[in-house]
Amino acid sequence: MDSILKLTDVGLSYHNMNGETSALHHISFSVAKGEFVSIVGPSGCGKSTLLSIIAGLLEPETGTIAFENPKGTIAYPKIGYMLQKDHLFEWRSIYKNILLGLEIQNKLDEAHMALVDDMLITYGLYKFKDKKPSELSGGMRQRAALIRTLALEPDILLLDEPFSALDYQTRLKVSDDIYCIIKKENKTAILVTHDLSEAISLGEKIIVLTKRPGTIKKIIPITLSIENRTPMKSRNAPEFKDYFNLLWKELNS
Amino acid sequence: MNSVSVTQQQYVKQKKRQLQLLKMIRILILIAFLTVWELATNLHYIDGFFFSSPSRILLCIWNMLFDGSLLLHIGVTLYETLLSFLLIILLSMGAAMLFWLHPRIYEVFDPFLVVLNSLPKSALAPLFIVWLGTNVRTIIVAGISVAVFGSIISLYSGFASVDKDKIKLIYTLGGGKKDALKKVVVPGTIPVLLSTMKVNIGLALVGVIIGEFLAARKGLGYLIIYGSQVFKLDWVIMSIVILCIIAIGLYSLLNCAEKKYLKGL
Ligand SMILES: Nc1ncnc2c1ncn2[C@@H]1O[C@H](COP(=O)(O)OP(=O)(O)OP(=O)(O)O)[C@@H](O)[C@H]1O
Ligand SMILES: [Mg+2]
Repeated sequence: MDSILKLTDVGLSYHNMNGETSALHHISFSVAKGEFVSIVGPSGCGKSTLLSIIAGLLEPETGTIAFENPKGTIAYPKIGYMLQKDHLFEWRSIYKNILLGLEIQNKLDEAHMALVDDMLITYGLYKFKDKKPSELSGGMRQRAALIRTLALEPDILLLDEPFSALDYQTRLKVSDDIYCIIKKENKTAILVTHDLSEAISLGEKIIVLTKRPGTIKKIIPITLSIENRTPMKSRNAPEFKDYFNLLWKELNS
Repeated sequence: MNSVSVTQQQYVKQKKRQLQLLKMIRILILIAFLTVWELATNLHYIDGFFFSSPSRILLCIWNMLFDGSLLLHIGVTLYETLLSFLLIILLSMGAAMLFWLHPRIYEVFDPFLVVLNSLPKSALAPLFIVWLGTNVRTIIVAGISVAVFGSIISLYSGFASVDKDKIKLIYTLGGGKKDALKKVVVPGTIPVLLSTMKVNIGLALVGVIIGEFLAARKGLGYLIIYGSQVFKLDWVIMSIVILCIIAIGLYSLLNCAEKKYLKGL
């Protein structure tokens, strides 16, 4: 399998005058192109730190990250990062919010604008594009945030608890939506979550981290005997319960 | 609008009545004050030469409007105040942006700013005259000096309290620190800017009047000082009344702008 991303022995500590916080230790794993990986672990074990390292916002202190491009070129893949909150700016319309990344990267050309319009129509936001963020529901806002990320055509998507601000009903619906969008756009995705059933229902592989300093406790491949997998259907797969129990045991031992 | 319930209607009606009453009481107090003042001078309880009176002030305004001197004084003070105000905003925005982009520079200047801000600025005005001469430049500098340090401090702390995750968002979209400043920090701090402006306009007026006391041949501050020296107390009190009106006018202008902006959000 083509791996698009490979971490080898990555580690990082935060430093300040009160001392050192060791956040991550010996993290090694790889992600295949088009794969959906979930990461679970106790609070404060370094999940967000890990995503920031992959996104290039933080430099790892030890170890290496290799990005392998299927085309054989060494071009750095583009990485999209969705944060926990949508952070849509109230002083911009939805449309202007979505164009923020393109604006910053000077990519407001016809091709990108057309891509954005397409996504707005496909994902049911076109009618709302001139509204203020506060006029939209939580689920719609999250979709807008995803389009903002996808507009930059990332090869890898990083999702840091993107559904945690939503109520349970919306959360199920939005995670279904967003999973389908990501699969349809054929992106590679890494999802950080606290919710074990979410991790199983979206992930094709689950990386379990220990508590701080985060190290890899176990990597669990998920294979469900259902067709046309969606998060909603996955929850009804016969293996779901077993994976849940396995994860629960891993996290509490 | 049929869906508004009876109790809600009653509540709104009662609130509105209360507000009207409040307005009426305020106006009555003003009228009572002016009447007592006028009567007291007319009946010689107090000496109109020292205490002036509403009618003397109106007469004074009337006369000075005719010879054109009043509008000149008002114009000069307004011009100096607005110019100082503009420069305060530009300087403090510039400084706050520089400090945000380079926190090290801020760390160096922080204690100096605090000292300069807590200094009574009127103490500096005589120095400005010696350094810059008795001219408009001195007055503008006096106007700026009163407000600029506090303004820098408020704007910078507004900048610094912008949600870190919003800034992180800019980085995840491939932007740098300047993008964060332009797209998040400045637009997100507009409410702070507006409320700082409301404070600054009043302070600029204070500074300009201090400057005019010492270094002017025109302006309401000059009229006050000159009037008190030649015992034309009508001029002094008239100028104070006009200053009140200017202060209220400028403040309400900015208040309107702020309300409009917040409503647009
Ligand atoms: N800038 C920082 N300076 C010092 N310590 C930090 C910093 N950022 C995070 N940490 C610490 O590093 C550890 C890992 O943080 P991180 O945010 O990656 O955890 P997390 O797994 O995402 O937690 P959560 O589940 O609460 O989101 C935490 O204990 C945190 O307190
Ligand atoms: Mg986190």
